[in-house]
Amino acid sequence: MQNQYLAIALAPLFGAIVAGLFGRQIGRAGAHWLTIAAVTVSTVLSLDVMRRFLFEGLEVHNETVYTWLISGGVRFEVGFLVDKLTALMMCVVTFVSLMVHIYTIGYMKDDPGYQRFFAYISLFTFAMLMLVMANNFMQLFFGWEAVGVVSYLLIGFWYKKPTAIFANMKAFLVNRVGDFGFLLGIAAVLMTFNSLDYAEVFAAAPALSGETIELIDGKPWNLMTVTCILLFIGAMGKSAQAPLHVWLPDSMEGPTPISALIHAATMVTAGIFMVARMSPLFELTETALSVVLVIGALTAFFMGLIGLVQNDIKRVVAYSTLSQLGYMTAALGASAYSAAVFHLMTHAFFKALLFLGAGSVIIALHHKQDMQEMGGLRKYMPITYITGVVGTLALIGFPGFSGFYSKDAIISAVGHIDRAGTGLAEVLLIAGVFVTALYSFRLLYLTFHGTPRMDEETRSHVHESPWVVTLPLVLLAIPSIGIAWFTTEPLLFGDFWGDAIYVAPGNDPLSHLREIWHGPAAFALHGFVTLPVWLALGGTALATYVYLFNPALAATASKALAPLRVVLEKKYGFDELYQFLFAGGSRGMGKLFWRGGDQTVIDGLLVNGSARTVGWLSGIVRKIQTGRLYGYAFAMIIGLIGLLGLMVYRGQA
Amino acid sequence: MNIEWPVLSVLIWLPIAGGVAVLLVGERRAELARWVGLAAALATFLASLPLFGAFDRGTAEMQFQELAPWIPTFDLNYHLGVDGLSLPLILLTTFISVLVIMGAWGAIQQRVAQYLAAFLILEGLMVGVFCALDAFLFYVFFEAMLIPMFLIIGVWGGPNRVYATIKFFLYTFLGSVFMLVALIYLYLKADSAAILDLHALPLSLTEQIWIFVAFLLAFAVKIPMFPVHTWLPDAHVEAPTGGSVVLAAIMLKIGGYGFVRFSLPITPDASLSLDWLLITLSLIAVVYVGLVALVQQDMKKLIAYSSISHMGFVTLGIFIAFAILARGEGTSGAVLGVEGAMVQMLSHGFVSAALFFCVGVMYDRIHSREIADYGGVVNTMPWFATFMVLFAMANCGLPGTSGFVGEFMVILASFQANFWYAVLAALTLILGAAYSLWLVKRVIFGEIGNKKVERLEDLNFREGVTLGALAVAVLGFGIWPEPLVELMHVSVDNLLSHVAQSKIQVQL
Repeated sequence: MQNQYLAIALAPLFGAIVAGLFGRQIGRAGAHWLTIAAVTVSTVLSLDVMRRFLFEGLEVHNETVYTWLISGGVRFEVGFLVDKLTALMMCVVTFVSLMVHIYTIGYMKDDPGYQRFFAYISLFTFAMLMLVMANNFMQLFFGWEAVGVVSYLLIGFWYKKPTAIFANMKAFLVNRVGDFGFLLGIAAVLMTFNSLDYAEVFAAAPALSGETIELIDGKPWNLMTVTCILLFIGAMGKSAQAPLHVWLPDSMEGPTPISALIHAATMVTAGIFMVARMSPLFELTETALSVVLVIGALTAFFMGLIGLVQNDIKRVVAYSTLSQLGYMTAALGASAYSAAVFHLMTHAFFKALLFLGAGSVIIALHHKQDMQEMGGLRKYMPITYITGVVGTLALIGFPGFSGFYSKDAIISAVGHIDRAGTGLAEVLLIAGVFVTALYSFRLLYLTFHGTPRMDEETRSHVHESPWVVTLPLVLLAIPSIGIAWFTTEPLLFGDFWGDAIYVAPGNDPLSHLREIWHGPAAFALHGFVTLPVWLALGGTALATYVYLFNPALAATASKALAPLRVVLEKKYGFDELYQFLFAGGSRGMGKLFWRGGDQTVIDGLLVNGSARTVGWLSGIVRKIQTGRLYGYAFAMIIGLIGLLGLMVYRGQA
Repeated sequence: MNIEWPVLSVLIWLPIAGGVAVLLVGERRAELARWVGLAAALATFLASLPLFGAFDRGTAEMQFQELAPWIPTFDLNYHLGVDGLSLPLILLTTFISVLVIMGAWGAIQQRVAQYLAAFLILEGLMVGVFCALDAFLFYVFFEAMLIPMFLIIGVWGGPNRVYATIKFFLYTFLGSVFMLVALIYLYLKADSAAILDLHALPLSLTEQIWIFVAFLLAFAVKIPMFPVHTWLPDAHVEAPTGGSVVLAAIMLKIGGYGFVRFSLPITPDASLSLDWLLITLSLIAVVYVGLVALVQQDMKKLIAYSSISHMGFVTLGIFIAFAILARGEGTSGAVLGVEGAMVQMLSHGFVSAALFFCVGVMYDRIHSREIADYGGVVNTMPWFATFMVLFAMANCGLPGTSGFVGEFMVILASFQANFWYAVLAALTLILGAAYSLWLVKRVIFGEIGNKKVERLEDLNFREGVTLGALAVAVLGFGIWPEPLVELMHVSVDNLLSHVAQSKIQVQL
């Protein structure tokens, strides 16, 4: 199996290298055929791995590929751990990646950087696969940073755009703040276990759960809590949890296919995957889990609210992504790791669908993204519209659609766990459902319904996108509707995960749901007697009334709620605060240290003595300078010989 | 395995002879001088390769030793040899030197033969520093090395070269005078100048502290550490591209090498009792200097400050070893720290060389180092931009590049010494990315900044080969560091078990 896993990971790398270095030689068609073929290989082989797990009882694979480094008795290795958690991630990553590759043919049709774009997204696929297939913390960090750098390259893909090259730097730096915590977490793991291998660490973890560390002398902390919180800081960066969320909305400056692939379906879920992978560690610390729970719930609600006031179609979807990532994080914090990964999967499909749908609209309107200039597109773009409706229903958790099953599981899990912060989290998550429906249908109505608001020139050219664009939409719409019908039971209630996910005894928040589960149809019907579904319907109804039937009300409400709107439009002021505090602060300190420390104190006082000393020195220099510097060198040699002579003399004496 | 011919002497004297040959060819036949110079550098590099294969990774003994009387009256010997600490640095030296000689092709038009000769002689002397096993032989190479560098900056340097040269000279010379005094003291006390004899010499704590401080002055200036670092940005700014490359890639490493060859084994107890000082200065280098790098307007200054910040990891890795050993939980973390420091030196050799070459490529075309004079270079120089982004990423420690390996090891190790050391050290993840990527954003990305950028031509063949070779090194070392690190394992283990034993007790 090792060869199959290697092929899955390396095929996209090969495609990326060839398309990147020899893009001119192989041409545009060569670049897309090659990379698509490579990703197809990965997809098919990944699905085959899943098939073998399900039907042939494939064993969990844990093997080293090569030894990267040995130091201090610790082996740092590159290797694969493939269990069902990994296999699921591999399928999601390669499938969405394949869809995005195909879609890109249409979306980037006229772009001069066509080959480069394919090289990047294939490289991303490789990096993401290395991340999910890692069998140790070091390789996880490798993949973690590698997806970050490809994300950086892709957000700044249109490198002439000032906003794009600001956004990509911001994304990388904010992620680095997360990685700062993550790396310290890894260092804590190494110190505690003297190994970075998952299997060894997880096996040894329970015995060490009582260890403490003194961050401040005399104040012992639980070591596992510290470690898990540090690791989670990494997840907060990558999965854009407040307060490290600020990079994700700006990442929309990149081309839409990567918003779907990287900033919705795969890379941003790496944090969720990581915490699920680390469940044997997180389960040992209630404190860290409470932190995870509260951060997730806060992100889910408050980021959803911002989505209400955005007018850029991609930014609405971006805030929606932040909010949904918050749901997943909250699920992790409620020990419902399987529900988190389940939502990760359904979300990957319907959010990729929504992004690609938004992209389809954007190309139809010649790269206009402002919803104020859209409207009425449904009759021009029927496939985009219908798939968009499917994605929206899945997103709001309409009973029967895949998003319903996963979101309902999360809310139910948070309601059935006894842990600090659950009360607050439950309220935020349930209220978030209403907000989700409101912004989702607002988007749908402003874009596809009502009267067209674009200029006549644009409107006369609007037409449905080519098949390379609509085919991925359709292929993503299918799992958005139905993937949960046959996956809910094994993923949430069965023993699908095996040892991949560990939940401490007494911590099973999904047991309640298991009792009322009688198949997907019955569960969907049961949904209609629960509060979340009615809140979703309420949000839908309100959006329908306001944006479809009484547009004037939107303006009135917006005026009446002006203070709230301003707060939301300012995005709670995080950007300004960070810009002032961190960007400005570090530059200010840098200037102070440079001018004050280096130039004034060290050079001015200590080195040069004073400006006069320099003058005096250069005066002498001028006198002894003979036009060339050879004199100096000669003097140095003389000096050297003199010193040696002195030494010899002293040695004699 | 052994090599039949005196390989270390060849590595020292072949480039020096090549330098003399280049001078004999003379300025009139500059083209021939270039080829002779390149041949000498290449031959030296090729001659150094057998070392990698023949080196016995299983012993900490000095290998490929050569011993001949030098000044018999005082029992000073021409004694050469390498172990796992010096061998990688020698390979780095011969590799970088080839690139520097190639780099002079287009950039240097004045006094070509002298320029090439200076570099070749410098190469031989630097190899000598890493090979010398006699304290005074080391000192002679250590000092003599300054002369060609002094000339390189002073003759081919920028407008403010006189100030920079004097500052460079004063700093390094003052530092090394103290080292000379310490060496004389040790020589008289041990009645031997062999470095290995000095390692075994028992010393009281007071003696050790004095000697440690004397060494510190020499090596801290060289590497350089805060607060004796301010000569470096000036020297870099004024130096020609090749000078900056050699300075950053190799000469700074001599400071780090000095710590592991002299300070640690000769004065282990002083190192232990003063480790807090070195750790503090290292962390200041990482954070303070990282912030200073952020606000630089001159690309070379920025990279110079970035170098100082990266060298902070070298001294941090070396001295946290003591903090870890003091906890009495085994040497595992200490090995990680010291090997991380060594790895950081090698990686920085590649990455800083590459970045200075990149600045050189731009400087040759526009004659400016100011960030503000650029912008949107990617539009006219896409291949160059690709390299520059790669090396900037390596500079901020991206996994998969060499820049990651050393920082990763040192941060992991420092966590074992103290949580807060690791926190401060890990700040480099953010600071390094901030100054590297902000540089890239302003220079490489964006619309074409001005008319000069619009007329830029992409890399020529020679530049492509230079940057390509460094890219291979940076990526190769990042993807699989073990083959190089393997060379050091036994020597580092040996060093740490040596320093773990107090020399004071031996005396009692």
